Amino acid sequence: MSIDTSKVADSNATSAAKASKPSKAGAVATWADDRLGLAGAMKKNLRKVFPDHWSFMLGEIALWSFVVVLLTGVFLTFWYVPSMGEVEYQGSYDPLRGVHMSEAYASTLHLSFDVRGGLLLRQMHHWAAMIFIASMMIHLLRVWFTGAFRKPRELNWVIGCLLLFLGTLEGFTGYSLPDDLLSGTGIRAADGFLKATPVVGSYMSFFLFGGEFPGESIIPRLYTIHVLLIPGLLVALVAAHMLLLVYHKHTQWPGPGRTNDNVVGYPMLPVYAAKAGGFFFIVFGVVAIMGATMTINGVWKFGPYDPTKVTAGSQPDWYMGWPDGLLRVIPGWESVIGGYTISWNVMIPILITPPALLVLLIMLPFIDQWITKDKRDHHLLQRPRDAPTRTAIMVALMTFYGLAWAAGGNDIIAIKLHLSINQITYFMRGALFIGPVIAFIITRRWCISLQRHDREKLLHGYETGVIMRSPDGGYSERHLPISESEAYRLTARDREKVFTADGRIDENGVAAPGGRLDGVRAKLSTLMYADNIQKPTRAELEEAHHHAEHEKALTAALTGHAADGHQFDGKRPVDDEALRGD
Amino acid sequence: MAGLVVLLLALLLTGGAYSLFSPGATAGQADTSAEDVTKGRELFLVGCAFCHGRNGEGVLTVEGTQYGPALSDVGGASVDFQVGTGRMPLAQPGQQAERKPPVYTDEEVRQLAAYVDTLGAGPAVPDESAYTLPSDFTDEERESAITRGGQIFLTNCTACHNFDGAGGAMPRGGYAPTLRGVEPKYIYEALLTGPQQMPTFSDGNLTPDEKRDVIAYLEDTGAKPAYSGFGLGNLGPVSEGLFAWIVGIGLLVGFAIWIAAHTTRSSRQKPGGSSNLPVNLSDGEPGSPKGGNA
Repeated sequence: MSIDTSKVADSNATSAAKASKPSKAGAVATWADDRLGLAGAMKKNLRKVFPDHWSFMLGEIALWSFVVVLLTGVFLTFWYVPSMGEVEYQGSYDPLRGVHMSEAYASTLHLSFDVRGGLLLRQMHHWAAMIFIASMMIHLLRVWFTGAFRKPRELNWVIGCLLLFLGTLEGFTGYSLPDDLLSGTGIRAADGFLKATPVVGSYMSFFLFGGEFPGESIIPRLYTIHVLLIPGLLVALVAAHMLLLVYHKHTQWPGPGRTNDNVVGYPMLPVYAAKAGGFFFIVFGVVAIMGATMTINGVWKFGPYDPTKVTAGSQPDWYMGWPDGLLRVIPGWESVIGGYTISWNVMIPILITPPALLVLLIMLPFIDQWITKDKRDHHLLQRPRDAPTRTAIMVALMTFYGLAWAAGGNDIIAIKLHLSINQITYFMRGALFIGPVIAFIITRRWCISLQRHDREKLLHGYETGVIMRSPDGGYSERHLPISESEAYRLTARDREKVFTADGRIDENGVAAPGGRLDGVRAKLSTLMYADNIQKPTRAELEEAHHHAEHEKALTAALTGHAADGHQFDGKRPVDDEALRGD
Repeated sequence: MAGLVVLLLALLLTGGAYSLFSPGATAGQADTSAEDVTKGRELFLVGCAFCHGRNGEGVLTVEGTQYGPALSDVGGASVDFQVGTGRMPLAQPGQQAERKPPVYTDEEVRQLAAYVDTLGAGPAVPDESAYTLPSDFTDEERESAITRGGQIFLTNCTACHNFDGAGGAMPRGGYAPTLRGVEPKYIYEALLTGPQQMPTFSDGNLTPDEKRDVIAYLEDTGAKPAYSGFGLGNLGPVSEGLFAWIVGIGLLVGFAIWIAAHTTRSSRQKPGGSSNLPVNLSDGEPGSPKGGNA
């Protein structure tokens, strides 16, 4: 063992030993660190650990598609003119040449046909926006199904819901900007929704449009909302969402070595940065391919907006499809009070149900917590089957959403599947109420059956598919014990306790305050937990292991011998083997 | 009974003879002869009279609704459209007569039209010059005709037939069919006669030139390249949403699974090998049937 001592001071001379000159990169880093002090923060965060699972990347799809939306959106603003001033189109698309239209629509046509790459970027912007909202939704579903919304992450759930809401609004304002026939029809519908508001409806409409519809202000106003107000809020909320993610640390699946107090995974640099960075390019690539090959909103076919025109297939973008569906299937209920019409047929599907469902969505973690009274920190995820009622609630909501969404495309379904649009409407009126209930029951029972299956696997092992025949002719399937890590994974959950409201009445027969509420909570807790299959106890497991030992002893004579015919499985030499003694 | 049959036969003969010798509504038209009318009537009696009546007077059901409507004033254009596009004869009763391969030859359709033309004062089969832009149009005139046709199309047609003529839904299983792949003649005839649920666009409503321009717009946009890639059926936002979810989210979730399945490793060799048997049957050792988390 030799040490290079040439650089070590070897004398007490007056000049001190000097470190060698740092590399150029090091010099730049030192320069920056002296002024910004980033080293301290980086040192910690570059080693930040993220757990690895495909479902943790769904939110990343949302993040990266949002980045694509921002990048392409900036490009579009260079050419788009947010004005309702009337011009005569003289661009490249000849079927519209000479037609009078707004500058907004003319500039969208110019962007599509006369700006190099403009149509591609426009289509990428639109596809990325659709994917942005879709990926937020599947991310939300993942978070709910795995219980990642539980304390301490409830506020991040709220932020996520707000992002979903703002993303939808952002999408709607963007849909309205080209001022083509479709987007104008959308604005007209929004105007109708505003005017359906009792008392203040027409005031709100006149305020938004700067007078009677359509006026000349709506496009510039929507533009400001679309490129400044909502994107600013979105960026701020995305930042808050991610900061909270870093602060809380990412949740992980339970497993050997993974506990509620640690995070097992890969460090930010180099592994996770490479994976996430790579994923950005994949998202960008998928959006680019879609933008290049698939038409989205070919505005030149719609022509300029004109309140006297409308087209079949006038639908909002997909994320507004479900309120549109509710609007399509609701009966024409109206009542007249003192000479004023109350349009229930617009208020219920548009002004009441969507906001109510948004509030319910935001409140879900708090409702869950109120029923479970679980105030502990949770960093380990639950499998959907281990919270059957919770899973079933979301599936019921999804069913409602999906049916309402399908109702929004009732005309397209009618012509493509050769159905009657009336029959679809009648079906949906019932299905919207019955469907979620059926979905709830099926999902809950399904989850409980899966829990039962897990319990079977823990107690009796997994099914090998090997059928044994006993000397007296009976057949049985051989079970083998599951691996220890698998068993750990299946048992890494709490044993649940049903809340009971007993003992809340004192000896004088006086109920404790809040007793009635406790009764409700007890009922809900029963619904939530009472039918769940709990993991086996230690005694049950030991009993099962004992049983397995016994079973193994019974078949001990077979050990080392493949069942007849199974020796030809290609995994062992078969030179001396004979089949059925021939 | 025999008397009734004789009477009916006599009436039939008289009617037939009348229709043979009467000048009819389109006597001036050069390409239909009396022979065409006779042959058309023969075809009519075999293929159409069951529902439309032997003299095209229509047949009522017991409830008083129409079994087959009267054809007295529908004109040859209507016959040419309904029979030429295969909508008539009906394959089966239903909400709407569907377009299908025509049963009659062009010659037979012409004869049927000639016969029905004699039943009243409906529009005749239009001449080709009615639905094609004149060949002596300058480029500028052509372009402005197409632009004008586009605006008329957006005002009058898109509400049912969709912005690209891809078709749309009508109440109770009815539908406005696609206009793509439909011969200009039939579009012109449909405008003239208003088949099924379609309103009639009379010449007072849309002048013949305006009808011609709408057809020119459809021909022009149909011949244009798809500037923006696959049209996804040209059905508007519903099919776009479907593709955003299936192609967009489908691909991206697929990639997410792919990325998560490929973790870091220090050598090019994949961990595990061919001996990664889930079940070791011979000695009954515990095996792991599955990896992964969910």
